[in-house]
Amino acid sequence: MTMILGIPLMVLFGQLMLGLINGAFYALLSLGLAVIFGLLRIINFAHGAQYMLGAFAALLGAQYLGLNYWAALIVVPLVVGALGIVVERFLLRRIQHLDHLYGLLLTFGLALILEGTLVNLFGVSGSSYPIPEALSGGFKLSFMFLPTYRAWVLVAALVVCFGVWFLIERTRLGAYLRAGTENPELVQAFGINVPLMVSLTYGLGVALAAFAGVLAAPLYPVSPTMGSSLLIVVFAVVVIGGMGSILGAILTGLAMGLIEGLTKVFYPEAANTVIFVVMVMVLMLRPAGLFGKEA
Amino acid sequence: MAVLQQDHQAARAGSASRRITPLGVLYLVLFLLGLLAPWVAYPVFLMKILCFALFASAFNLLLGFVGLLSFGHAAFLATGAYITGFLLAEYPGLSPALGIVAGTLGAVVLGTLFGALAIRRQGIYFAMITLALAQMMFFFFIQAPFTHGEDGLHGVPRGELFGVFDLADNHTLYYVVFAIFVAAFALIRRVVHSPFGQVLKAIRENEPRAISLGYHTDAYKLVAFVLSAGLAGLAGATKTLVFQLASLGDASWHMSGEVILMTLLGGVGTLLGPLVGSGLVIGLQHQLAQSALGDWVSVILGAIFVVCVLSFRSGIIGECQRWIARRQQREEK
Repeated sequence: MTMILGIPLMVLFGQLMLGLINGAFYALLSLGLAVIFGLLRIINFAHGAQYMLGAFAALLGAQYLGLNYWAALIVVPLVVGALGIVVERFLLRRIQHLDHLYGLLLTFGLALILEGTLVNLFGVSGSSYPIPEALSGGFKLSFMFLPTYRAWVLVAALVVCFGVWFLIERTRLGAYLRAGTENPELVQAFGINVPLMVSLTYGLGVALAAFAGVLAAPLYPVSPTMGSSLLIVVFAVVVIGGMGSILGAILTGLAMGLIEGLTKVFYPEAANTVIFVVMVMVLMLRPAGLFGKEA
Repeated sequence: MAVLQQDHQAARAGSASRRITPLGVLYLVLFLLGLLAPWVAYPVFLMKILCFALFASAFNLLLGFVGLLSFGHAAFLATGAYITGFLLAEYPGLSPALGIVAGTLGAVVLGTLFGALAIRRQGIYFAMITLALAQMMFFFFIQAPFTHGEDGLHGVPRGELFGVFDLADNHTLYYVVFAIFVAAFALIRRVVHSPFGQVLKAIRENEPRAISLGYHTDAYKLVAFVLSAGLAGLAGATKTLVFQLASLGDASWHMSGEVILMTLLGGVGTLLGPLVGSGLVIGLQHQLAQSALGDWVSVILGAIFVVCVLSFRSGIIGECQRWIARRQQREEK
C-alpha cells in the first residue's frame, strides 16, 4: 500500500474526505450565521438548535408523515425557516434597538428551550436516519473508497453555499440586502420594506441551518444535543474567517474541516481542539479574522 | 464662592448620611442574616448559593462594570475547581487554604492568557472568543489524565483549616465559605467604587472617548478580566471544598450560560443583583429537582432567559433601584 509520511494513503484520503464533509457543514452553518449577522447584527445562538431541528424534522417527518429524503430537503428548510420568521417577528424585533449582546442572550435562551424540550421528548441517545436508496453504495476510486452519500453532501452543500453567495453578491435583492446592512434608514427611504427583508433574511439563515440538519441526518446520530457542540466550533470558524464576507465563511469552513481531518491522522488527541488553536493563532496575528475588515 | 460653599455643605451632608445610609443598613442586615442562616437552612445548600453568588459577582464585574460579555467563565470556575481538587486529593496533608490559593492562582494565570487574547475584539466577537477558548479547556479537562475524564474528581478531602478548624463539619465550613464570600464581595465593591472602577465604567460607556482621554483601555480591561477570572476560580475552588467534587459540569458551556442568567435575572451592573440571581436560580433548580418538573429545568431556565431579555433587562435589583429613584423624584417635586 502506498504510504505518505508513514500514513497509508487510503487512511489519509479517507480522513481528508471526512474532514471536507465536516467542513461543508461548518461552511453551511457559518454562512447562515454570517447572513443573519449581516442584516440583524445578531449572533444567532439558536443556530445549532435550528440545525438539530432540521435533522429531527426530517426524522419525524419520515416516521409519521412518510416524508421521503428528497421532499424533506425542500420542505424542512421551508418549515423551520418559517418558524425562524415567527421568532424574528415576535421576539428579535422587540430588542432590535438594543445592544447586540441581548440578541445573543435571547437566542441562547431559545436554544436552551428547544434543546431541553427535545431531550425530554426523545432522550439524548439519538436515533438514525437511513441513507436514501439512490445515494447508498459508493465509488471505488484508485486511492480510496468514496461513499455516494458523502459525495452528495459535499456537492449539495457547495451548490447551496455558492447559490447563497450568488444571491447576495450578484443579484438586485442581494444588493438591497447589503445596502440594508450599511444604512437601513436610507434604504427604507427608497421605498424598500426593510423590516420584511430582515424577517426574510433571518428565515433564510435559519433555513440554511435546517438544510444542513437534513443533510446531516443520515450521517450522524440525530440527537437533541447534536447542534450545540457543533455550534461552538462554528463560532470559532466565524472568528477565524471574520464575519466580513460570505465567501470567507464558506472557504474558512471548508479549510477548518480539512485541518481537523489532517489532525485526526497525524495527532488524534488534538483533533477536538485544533480549530480553537488555529483561532488563537489567527487572533494573535490578525484580530479581525482572515477575511474580516478591521472594524 | 457660593457654589463652593454649597458643594462643601453637600459633601458634609453626604459624609454625615454615609454613616446611616439605607444601603449600609441593608448590608448589615444581610451580613447578620448570613451569620444566622445555617441554623435555619441546610448549610450545604447555602454554601452552594454563596459559591455561585461569588461566581456571578465575578462575572458581573466584567459584564456590569466593563461591558464585556464573557461566555467562557466556566473555564475559570473549572480551573479553580480542578486544581484545588487535584492538590487536596493527591496530597492529603495539604492545608485547604493552600489548595484554594493554588486554584485561584491557576484561574488568574488562565485569565491572563485568555484575557490577553479576547480583549483584542469587542462585543459579540469577545463573547464568541471566550466561549471558544472555554470549550478548548473543556476538551483539555476531558483528556488530561489528572481530571479522571468523564468521572471527575470524587471524595476530595476537606481537611483542617490552619490545623484548627475541622472542615468536615458543615457549620464550620459554612463560616469559612461565608468569610471567603464576604471578603471577595468587599473586594469587588472596593474595586467598583475606586478610581480604577470609574475608568472601567467610562470604558463601558464609551471606549473611544476613554482612549482619547489618554487611558490605556486595553490594560484596564485586561486587569478587570484577570480579577474576574481569579474570583471565578476562587468560587470554583471553594465549591470543590464544599461538594468534595470537581467535575466536567463545571467546565461546560451550560455553566457559562447559567452564570449569565443569574446575573441578568438579579440585575447586571448592580452589586447585589448577582447574589439575588444566584439565590433564585439555585433555589429554583433545587425545588424543581424534587418535583415532577425536574427534567424541564433547562427549558424553564431558557424561558426565564427569554422573558428577562424581552421585558426586564435591568433585573430584579435594577428594577427596584429604578422604582426607588422614581419615588425619590416624585417626593422632590
